[in-house]
Amino acid sequence: MAVSGMLVLTGKGNKMTVLDILSGILLLAGCSLGVIGAIGLIRFPDFYTRMHAAGVTDTLCAGLFFGGLAIQFGLTLASAKLLLIFLFMLFTCPTSSHALAKAARHGGLEPWTKTGSGAAHNMSQEGAKS
Amino acid sequence: MKHITGLMFFAAILWWILSGYTKPLLISLGIVSVLFTAFLAHRMKVLDDESQPLHLSLALPRFWGYLLWQIVVANIKMVIIIMSPKMNIDPHVLRARVSQQGVLGNAILGNSITLTPGTVTLDIGNGEVEVHAINRESAEDVENGVFDQRIPGRKGVRS
Repeated sequence: MAVSGMLVLTGKGNKMTVLDILSGILLLAGCSLGVIGAIGLIRFPDFYTRMHAAGVTDTLCAGLFFGGLAIQFGLTLASAKLLLIFLFMLFTCPTSSHALAKAARHGGLEPWTKTGSGAAHNMSQEGAKS
Repeated sequence: MKHITGLMFFAAILWWILSGYTKPLLISLGIVSVLFTAFLAHRMKVLDDESQPLHLSLALPRFWGYLLWQIVVANIKMVIIIMSPKMNIDPHVLRARVSQQGVLGNAILGNSITLTPGTVTLDIGNGEVEVHAINRESAEDVENGVFDQRIPGRKGVRS
């Protein structure tokens, strides 16, 4: 299934080149990182730690997708546009993450710690139950 | 002058990448829009070393390469933490000294710290950075200033 999907994507008939396989590997790795980021988002205890898990999806996951798709397009304008999107993400993602973290800090959300059970800890426990 | 030339150069490249047109009429329209953008930027007086860090043209790409490598390493560590049955997390907030003097250096450092999974910048400025880290290991590079020393243009535009 995955192979036929790749062939539709490349549109080069029924021959799979080394580059197709390489880009397939990159795309699959990107997909797995996205899923792992989501798993981390669920497993981590509080808001701040969950932001770290989301960072995986923002950076390497997006980067692998860019790599995989750029190989499919080759040296074309489409690849250049993909690179621009990737660069734009690298500039905006940390900015929004920082704004979120600062807002949470400003709003008085205490970070979860290994030992202490602060307000945030209790909140996340309640959240896990419901 | 070098800032306005730089802006026009990058705006023209951006215009062509996004449009891909080669017809003379459309290209001349592109040139007009680039000139108009440069005129507006000049009138708004936003062209300086901060918005156009041309003096970092060589240092920035080298730093980006280093940063990309750091991102890959931090991602792998993060994936290991997430997938291990007993998550090795010890979240804590730490403060570290930074040598950045200008707003640009502070912005680059803050964004780079946030960009590497495992560390998020909570606050930066006045020669100090406040970071939330997922465990002790992920915070090492920030704590001992390895990142800080790598930032290009440390003595750039003063805030």
